[in-house]
Amino acid sequence: MLRIAIKMLFGDGARFYGILLGLAFASLLIAQQSSIFVGLMSRTSAFIRDTPQADIWVTDPDLLSVDDAKALRDTDLQRVRGVPGVAWAVPLFKGLLGVKLGDGRRTVCEVVGIDDATLIGGPHTMLDGQVADLRQADAVIVDNRRLARELRMATGERGPDGKPIYRPMRVGDEMELNERRAVVVGICDNGESFQYAPQVYTTYSRALQFQPAVRRVMSMVLVKAEPGQDPAELARQIEARTGLSALPASPFEWKTIGFWMRETGIPINFGIAIALGFFVGVAIAGQMFYNFTLENLKYFGAMKAMGASSWLLLRMVALQGVVAGAIGLGLGLGLASAFGLSNNPDRLAFVMTWHIPVITAGAVLVIVVGASLISMIRVIRLDPKSVFQG
Amino acid sequence: MATNLAIDAADVTKAYGKGENRVVALAGADLRVPYGELVMLVGPSGCGKTTLISILAGLLRRDGGSCSVLGVDPQALRNGPRTAWRGRNVGFVFQQFNLVPTVTAQENVAIPLLIQGTPRAEAMARAGEMLRKVGLGGRECSLPLQMSGGQQQRVAIARALAPNPRLLVCDEPTSALDGATGQSVMELVARVAHDDGHAVVVITHDERIYRFANRIVHMDDGRVTRTDVPPKEHA
Repeated sequence: MLRIAIKMLFGDGARFYGILLGLAFASLLIAQQSSIFVGLMSRTSAFIRDTPQADIWVTDPDLLSVDDAKALRDTDLQRVRGVPGVAWAVPLFKGLLGVKLGDGRRTVCEVVGIDDATLIGGPHTMLDGQVADLRQADAVIVDNRRLARELRMATGERGPDGKPIYRPMRVGDEMELNERRAVVVGICDNGESFQYAPQVYTTYSRALQFQPAVRRVMSMVLVKAEPGQDPAELARQIEARTGLSALPASPFEWKTIGFWMRETGIPINFGIAIALGFFVGVAIAGQMFYNFTLENLKYFGAMKAMGASSWLLLRMVALQGVVAGAIGLGLGLGLASAFGLSNNPDRLAFVMTWHIPVITAGAVLVIVVGASLISMIRVIRLDPKSVFQG
Repeated sequence: MATNLAIDAADVTKAYGKGENRVVALAGADLRVPYGELVMLVGPSGCGKTTLISILAGLLRRDGGSCSVLGVDPQALRNGPRTAWRGRNVGFVFQQFNLVPTVTAQENVAIPLLIQGTPRAEAMARAGEMLRKVGLGGRECSLPLQMSGGQQQRVAIARALAPNPRLLVCDEPTSALDGATGQSVMELVARVAHDDGHAVVVITHDERIYRFANRIVHMDDGRVTRTDVPPKEHA
């Protein structure tokens, strides 16, 4: 009988394709919008992932996210180093500074100052040059993702439209950071960040020279736990002994993501789009599936008269729902994946984690189960007399 | 004589609704149908014919009276056993055929067997056999919409007979058919009673098929008002 149920579903072409279209569109919207949301939120904590050497991030207790600016005292570094279980602790500077490019244009960069001695906290992927080149005079490393747009250099030539022609910045180019000379010694490749400002790496001491004089400059302390030391436990000890905030990388990522989710309208906006997808599914696919069952009610009634139990009919309806749901879900997820793959990952924040297909499947399940349940009620309550009415 | 009765219903009552909306559908209906006999239930719309056969087939509960169908009171059975009993013992032919349009004639005929859990190969073989019996050999793979109304009703009859039921209930089996096709379908239904020895109850308004009946039971206002025997020369 289950084969008959499938044939009933596939045989009703117009309704079947309507159900599939509705479910596929709902799945597409839910999966695509969720993936973009996850991609965007993931970018908010990109800097933490781009600095994989640290087990623990020590910051001001009131720091809201990795991009927040609440500097520590220089002595805090020594206090952290004094906590048993700390293998090493290095200072990190992170702040927005003005940049003047060779052709006189001005922009803003996020300057990251890393430990002079160890260069821990530097970029993990270099496209040109080496992190060690930061030891050269006035040296900086720039992130390639903004080279063509922000950190570009004028060639001195003009195009047919009279506008200057630019080229991406490269090793050997110079610029000014707060009116101090900086020389590009390397190009790094960082993950796409939520922040628009280009990232510029330099040593910690040089970053302090670029930074206007203030009493507190150290943004955070990067800590490595000794071998065998649990980072979470060490973080608790650092907090207890210093009164600072100390979080392993993953919780620090979530703290940053949590800040953006709480303090911006991003989740609400994406939530609306995702809810829209869900309601589109309910409105189109759910309604069409319900109509499909209503249309077949006379056949179910006949089967009931012929000895089919309500349980058998419910299984038939459920199978029809599950099959339609699975195909619609597959189409929707496939389209969402194709959308993600066909777009430039530098421009489109699209990250489909395993949770998203599962959540989308859950939403589709709710749609088809809901529609099936309503349909099943009609099947169970089928008036026996209706069997004898045309 | 009593042991030869497929249906023995007496003083059956049934009402729908409550209070001011209460409608009496059956007000003490009696019906007896022996095996091997074709009985037609006739009467105006709303006289209780459909309610009576729904009760006889175990699709509806009666309010009062007694009812024995194939030696069983359907109402005395619990829901599951009653459904199973109906599937094994009662065949249905509907006014609008109620064939599933997206499956073949053979699969349609196999449905009641599949419902009973008969293995698919066995059910399909039996369905093919039944189609040949109703004169539709070679149309096994046709979809209902590829067949004429008469052919569809023959498929419906084959489907009703596939589980070899001892009682066949037909609701207006010829109303959607032209005269000649209706006569041909009724010849088939009559053979089920007269040749195979099954009890057959037919609800109809079509006087042209009265001649196939052993008895014509007239109903009105929820009661059997009289019983006729059609003239011999037309039978």
